[in-house]
Amino acid sequence: MSEPGTPIAVVTGMSAVTAIGVGLETYWANLLDGACGIRPLSRFDTTGYPTRLGAEVVDFDSRAVPGRLVVQTDRWTHFGLWAGEQALAHAGLDPAQLPGYALSVHTASSSGGNEFGQHEMQGLWSVGPQRVGAYQSIAWFYAATTGQLSIRHGMKGWCGVLVAEQAGGLDTCAQAQRALAQGSAVVLTGATEAPLAPAVLTCHIASRLVSTADDPQRAYLPFDEAANGFLPGEGGAMLVVEPADRARTRGAHRYGVIAGHAATFDPRPGSDRPPRLRHAVEQALDDADARPGDIDVVFADAHGSRPADQAEARALTEVFGRCGVPVTTTKAATGRLAAGSPALDVVTALLAMRDGVLPHVVNVHRPAVDLDLVLGAPRPARPRTALVLARGYAGFNSALVVRAPEPDPRHPGSTEQGTASSAQ
Amino acid sequence: MLAEKFTLSDLIEIMRARAGVAEGVRLDTAIGDTSFLELGYDSLAVLEIQARIAERVGVSMPDDAVSRMPTPNAAVEFVNQQLAQGR
Repeated sequence: MSEPGTPIAVVTGMSAVTAIGVGLETYWANLLDGACGIRPLSRFDTTGYPTRLGAEVVDFDSRAVPGRLVVQTDRWTHFGLWAGEQALAHAGLDPAQLPGYALSVHTASSSGGNEFGQHEMQGLWSVGPQRVGAYQSIAWFYAATTGQLSIRHGMKGWCGVLVAEQAGGLDTCAQAQRALAQGSAVVLTGATEAPLAPAVLTCHIASRLVSTADDPQRAYLPFDEAANGFLPGEGGAMLVVEPADRARTRGAHRYGVIAGHAATFDPRPGSDRPPRLRHAVEQALDDADARPGDIDVVFADAHGSRPADQAEARALTEVFGRCGVPVTTTKAATGRLAAGSPALDVVTALLAMRDGVLPHVVNVHRPAVDLDLVLGAPRPARPRTALVLARGYAGFNSALVVRAPEPDPRHPGSTEQGTASSAQ
Repeated sequence: MLAEKFTLSDLIEIMRARAGVAEGVRLDTAIGDTSFLELGYDSLAVLEIQARIAERVGVSMPDDAVSRMPTPNAAVEFVNQQLAQGR
């Protein structure tokens, strides 16, 4: 990301929708408090399903979404519309006052509008084509959230959606940086997901990687001796990204810099070549002009199955040395949100920098890996550079480096860190 | 089975449930002669409303039905014509 002429991409607005809190500061306070959002699923009858738990968002009020859009979009888009509006407000931006063609939306989505689509398919097969609503044409598909945000806020610049399961949530932040390089003034990016409907949950279960435990506090234990799979959750995060110069000129608070990114893909199953997560990490560090010693915290992919946890620990140890960097994850608290989690982790990393604290991994007490996991309680720290990792089902790897806000050239030596908490 | 008569309140119920209500619009006021567009419903919304009317009253709608129901009152009148023809 350091090619000459490429604008520095800074994050100026953030929002979060999670099972442990709807809204940025509620989520963050509850995360530090050790909340766990995993609970029995309530949106459909789970009798007969081997997995009956998930990190369901129970306190999202769809009345917060414009009435016309509630009925024509899926739950995942409801989250995205709300979080997008919150992030823009957090950045102090009113898109209506800005030139539309300089505004972009780039989100990621791993499975689109699951609940809406299933409802329409049930109508098709139980009643007939006349039962399928007109909105099926626009509600289910991956670009729906990007499209609805674009329409709602008049963001008419380069817009798109990335589909790479978990990894898409980081790839889209890099895409936001590319949009700035193409001339966009503001990019709304991130991802939300809502995969807790019967058909999509069944797809997850078929992977045999989903936990079937019954105790919500013991069901998703990444890196733990008792790890037995992941649990999906709902929600995610949205971010506003702008060129650093623009943010500085308008006096916006800068939460951090998107400093480097790389994406790789694993060899085919059964290959004797190693997985490529390590290469994504190394290339992202290169892209950020960073050395392993510069990284103050890693937000891990934290899959929660033994082989995947071991593989991630191996990659981190190869790059950072044994217990060479603090490692944490939000997923034991929020569930695995597909593309939503990495976007949320970027937000969480920037909040960790703002407040000087590393969130801990909830529920994990007996790690089975040789990593410096943040366990038991939040850890006071002064992180300046963070690495966020994501692996997507079937072989996607993505790594993103974020840094604390760059010093203001008009005030050499200032980093904003000392004044950050006053801008909450 | 064909319904006896299709009313404005039947239509408003369908609009509310299947197409939602735009910000600043109140469907419980005199909206009968206000165009669907002015009420915040785009062509896809009118298509959805028309499909649900067809399902509710049991008539099949001609392909140009959407263009023949620019307002709620026009829609009610058109649907009742279709019902009368089908009887």
